Order: sequence, then C-alpha cells, then structure tokens
Amino acid sequence: MVEVTVAIATSERGTPRSRRSAGPWRVAFTQIAHNPVAVGSAIALVIIVAVCLAAPLYAQFIAHTDPFQSNINGTTVIDGHSVAVLQQQTQGLGLGVEPIGPTWNISNYFLGADSQGRDVFARLLYGGRTTLLIGFSSALICCALGALVGIIAGYFGGPVDWVLSRLMDIIWAFPVYLLAISLSVVLLTGGLRLGPIVIGPSNLLLPILIIALIYVPYVARPIRGQVLSLKNREFVKAAIGLGASDWRILRIEILRNVLPTVIVFIPLMMALNMLTESALSFLSIGVQPPNASWGTIINDGLDLLYTRPAVAIAPGIMLVITAVALNLLGDAVRDALDPKAKLRGAA
Amino acid sequence: MLFVAKRLGSALLVMFAISIVVFLIFFATPGVDPAARLAGRGASPEVLSQVRHAFGFDQPLPVRYVLMMDHLFVTRDLTSYVNIGDKVVPQIMQAAPVTLSLVLGAAVIWIVLGLGGGILATRFRGSVVDPIIMVIGIAAVSLPAYWVGEVVNLITQDRLHDSVFSWVPPLGYVPFAQNPGQWALHLLFPWLTLALLYGGIYARVLRAELVTAMGEDYVRTGRAKGLSERRILWRHALRGSLSPVVSLFGLDLGSLIGGAALLTEVVFGLPGIGKLTWDSLQNLDLPVIMACVLYAAFFVVAANAIVDLLYAVIDPRVRRA
Repeated sequence: MVEVTVAIATSERGTPRSRRSAGPWRVAFTQIAHNPVAVGSAIALVIIVAVCLAAPLYAQFIAHTDPFQSNINGTTVIDGHSVAVLQQQTQGLGLGVEPIGPTWNISNYFLGADSQGRDVFARLLYGGRTTLLIGFSSALICCALGALVGIIAGYFGGPVDWVLSRLMDIIWAFPVYLLAISLSVVLLTGGLRLGPIVIGPSNLLLPILIIALIYVPYVARPIRGQVLSLKNREFVKAAIGLGASDWRILRIEILRNVLPTVIVFIPLMMALNMLTESALSFLSIGVQPPNASWGTIINDGLDLLYTRPAVAIAPGIMLVITAVALNLLGDAVRDALDPKAKLRGAA
Repeated sequence: MLFVAKRLGSALLVMFAISIVVFLIFFATPGVDPAARLAGRGASPEVLSQVRHAFGFDQPLPVRYVLMMDHLFVTRDLTSYVNIGDKVVPQIMQAAPVTLSLVLGAAVIWIVLGLGGGILATRFRGSVVDPIIMVIGIAAVSLPAYWVGEVVNLITQDRLHDSVFSWVPPLGYVPFAQNPGQWALHLLFPWLTLALLYGGIYARVLRAELVTAMGEDYVRTGRAKGLSERRILWRHALRGSLSPVVSLFGLDLGSLIGGAALLTEVVFGLPGIGKLTWDSLQNLDLPVIMACVLYAAFFVVAANAIVDLLYAVIDPRVRRA
C-alpha cells in the first residue's frame, strides 16, 4: 500500500525519478551486514587469515626461527638462563627427550617446541596457511565442479543425466573418508602422472584435488534438483520459445538462478574441507612434509600428548574456531541468499 | 514389486561399479606399482619381477579382478599380502562386532541429543535457549572428532586419571559376551565422542524442519482449533519433520557400520572395521582393502536402498517415479 501511494505522489508532482529498487545481491549483502553474528565471524576469519599470512614475518622478525628446520641440539634463553630446547626426560626411565613447554613469551617458543625442537607457534601459523589454502581452493573447485555436473545433468537430462547421476551415486556410495583415504594412499606413494602432467607426492594440489573430488556429489545433487525444477519455470520456457540457444539459456536463465545456492555452499564446504584435510593429515596421508598443516601438527603432537599437550591442542583450537566462524557465516549467507539450500541434498 | 526389484538391481550395479573403481584405483592408477610397495624401498629388478609373479601382477587386469572376487566371495579364502596366511574374511568377521558396538551405542546417544536439542530449540524459539542450543550444535559440527578423542584421552587417561576419572579403563575393547560392564565402560568415551558430531547435525536438521513445519497451514489450523502448542509440536509438526531425519539416520548408520568411524576407532584403539581398513591401507594390503571397501559399500548401498524403499512405502508417488 505504501509503495502505491508513493508512486502516485511522484507522478502527480510530475518528477519522473528512476528509482530502482535494490537488487537481490544488494539486499542479501545488507542483510548479512546487519547480522552481528555474521559480521563477527567475518572479522574473526579476516584476523585468522591475516595472522596466518604473516607467518614468515613472525618467524623472521619476532621469533627468529626457521619452523621447518629441526633444532635438536639447539638452545634458547629463558629468564636469562640458556636452556636446551630438547631436555632429558626426568620422569620414567629418563631415556627419552622432552621438548620445552610453552614459555608464553611471544618472541620465544610461545607454545613450546615439538619433538624436533621446532617452534610450535611459528609452525601453527605456517600450518594455518596450508589448511586455509587447501580448504578454500578445494571448496571453490568442488563447488564449481559440482555446479557444472549438476547443471549439465539437470538441463540436458536423458542419457547424459543417467551417466552423471550414476557416477555421483558411485562416489556417494563410498564412505567419504574411505574414498579420500584410498586415493591419498595410492597417490602419495608415487604422485599422479597423467601424460605430461606430473604432480609430485608432496604437492599441495593432491590433497586439494582429492578433497574437492570426493564432495562433488554433495553440491551436484541439490544443484541438479534445482535445475530440474527451473527447467519447467515460465521464464525458461519463454526463452526456449523465443529460440534462445542452449548456451544462452544455461548462462542467463539457469546459471544466474543457481549461483546463490552455489555461493551458499562455499563457506560451508570450506569448513568441511578443512576438517577433512586435517583428518587426512592426522592420518599422515594428507599434507606431506616439508609442508605443515594444522592436521600434521596435531599428528606431531600425538607422541607428546601427555607431556606437552599444547602441541596437539593448539592447532585443534584454531581449527575449531575457524570452522565455527565459517559455519556461522555460511548460515547467515544461506539465510540471506537461499534459505532452502541444503548441503548434501539430504532428502 | 517391480520397484523393489529395480531398486535392488541398481544397488547391485552400484556395488559392482564400486568394486571395479577400487580395483582400478589401486592397480591401474598411472605411476603406482603395488609390487614396488610390497617389495619395499630400493628393491632390485629381479626381486620386483619375483614379487609381481608371486602375487599375479603379471596377469591382465580383468583376470586379476575375477580371481580376487572369486577368492573373496566364492571360496572365501582370500589371504592378506602382508601377513601371509591371514585370511581376510575371518578378520572382517572379528572386527565387525567392535564397530557395531561403537556405532549402535553412539547412535542411541546422538538420537537422544539430536532430537532433544532440535525439539527444545523449537519449543523455546525466541528465548535464549534456542540460540544457545544452535551454537552448541554448530560447535559440535565443527569439531574434528579425532582431536576431541585426543583431548578426551588426555583428560581421562592422564591429567585427571588419578582423581575424577580413576574409573576409566585403559584404551581398548572388551567383548560384550566376556564382560558387559567392562564393554560399556571401555566404549563410553568413544560413544560420547562419536555422538557429539552427529548429535549436532541432527539437532540442526530437526530444528530447521520443525521451524518450517510450524509455519505450515495445518499448524495454523491446529492453533485455530485451540490445540495447545505442546500438542501441535509433538503430535503434528514433529511427525512430518521426522522423515528427513530418519532417512539421514539410515544413511549415516550405513556408512558408520561400514567403517566411517575410522578416526574414532584409531584414536581410541578399537580394533573395528575402520581400524582394520586403516592398518591395511598403511601396508597397502590390497586384498584386505578390497574386502573392507566392499564391506563398507555394501552397508552404504543397502542403507540407501532401504531408505528409498521405506519412502516408497510411506509415499506412493515415489513408486511411480
């Protein structure tokens, strides 16, 4: 009612103003920007990313350490005393060595050392770069690939749909970890050789591609369903009636309507992918040395769990904070863009 | 009837496809040589060709596939490559009850947590209870299960083992038939760890469904008839909202029984299917891997088929689709 009166009022005054209402993207963005939880999560994520990106600066200028160089015979100065980074164990048989614990001094073994005498806090920051990179890039690849498969299967239907859907069924029928583990074990022994393309076993592309691949059905299934129902909508039928090419319909009518759902999936997939990466790395079949990720650091800390728990606990806390922030942000994005979107397409 | 036959047929087809995919992953990935892995690092070419011949890697792929399936399903005497003489089928039979104990116990807990959380959050929508439960749910979903397991071990096995948690037994598994009390005590923390993640998922899913249902016309009609909020929630909204949860439960149960609880088993030292899979993967013990993956795929595919068939029973439209 209000809008109607405004319209009449302006036309009476005879001032034709072209007042365009805000577009759907803008409306969604405003809604997210007014959601304190979403803004808080976004700020937390920006801080985490910034701190992790600054890892080399921290290692070089503050801690003066190389977190990839083992430092078994090294010493460090605490309270004016020179202390060995790895000390003889005092408890038990006294045979093993024990790395120094957290000093809570930001410039000197803040979280202590790992079993090779490396600065855990510096490794934590470097590990964050790897985990975030893998999570983000595999989420992008997975969503792009899943959208592509879902759109093609849903739009063209027939035998194309049958083949793609059965392919998704097969990936779907593997317990996710099992597929990831099988691929990782095989590829990490020899790397991947596809004709001229050779990806070495320690290349980060391997975990990125494996994780992206295993979750494709999570995205492809809901997108396919959405395309199926879009195909019967009036505006698509109108475009077909007007003689628009498949390519044009896919680009203008289908893709633009599917895009919000795909965007909703990205932060949620990123959280899932980071957790998967860390689980694979924890099983020592994800990120390979010399690279470190939060998962590999938790794995490093396993043998020190009862003596120096900080090594295993700190990366886990970082992982949880990041995943919670991504999930909260993802929920807010979903509420704003596509409240009905469901990852996994749980029926 | 036709629907049932079709569904079972496609389930078998998927199983067959999976067995081929796994076989190809391990035997035909470019640049991967199982013989090299079995012979160890730096083996001489003679040793390599011996290994190839001994394990039949010099035969064509389809022959090897048929031979392996024959040993696995028909003669049931498939043996491990690594622990020579160990038969694979009994190993799986031995591991299955451990996984079953872990998963079923955890399922009871996560259903109680998930349904309770979802219903409570809907009932107290608009108060602080709802967001608190949902934040707990998000946190539970965001926790890496293996890490939670490690922290639980740290607390119950070491830090507080001398005081609060002195009753917690060491890691491991005690069969139910041997001592039911010890069985439950050994599994208590693995159960809770596994249930935490799924409880969070289920609470979130159920709440989303319930909130949608509470906005439906039939709920408005119920309110207009003067039904109490409690009766509307329990008798009307909940019934319709449970079916997605039930189908999710079927699929999760299938994959978990198949070995998806691998991380929990590894962390808590439970010798279940997941642990068996993991050990065999580390040694690249292909017969065991094949058997484990097919075992897992069986439960996933079966769970999928059962859920579909149940849906067909509830909703006749599915049958004709």
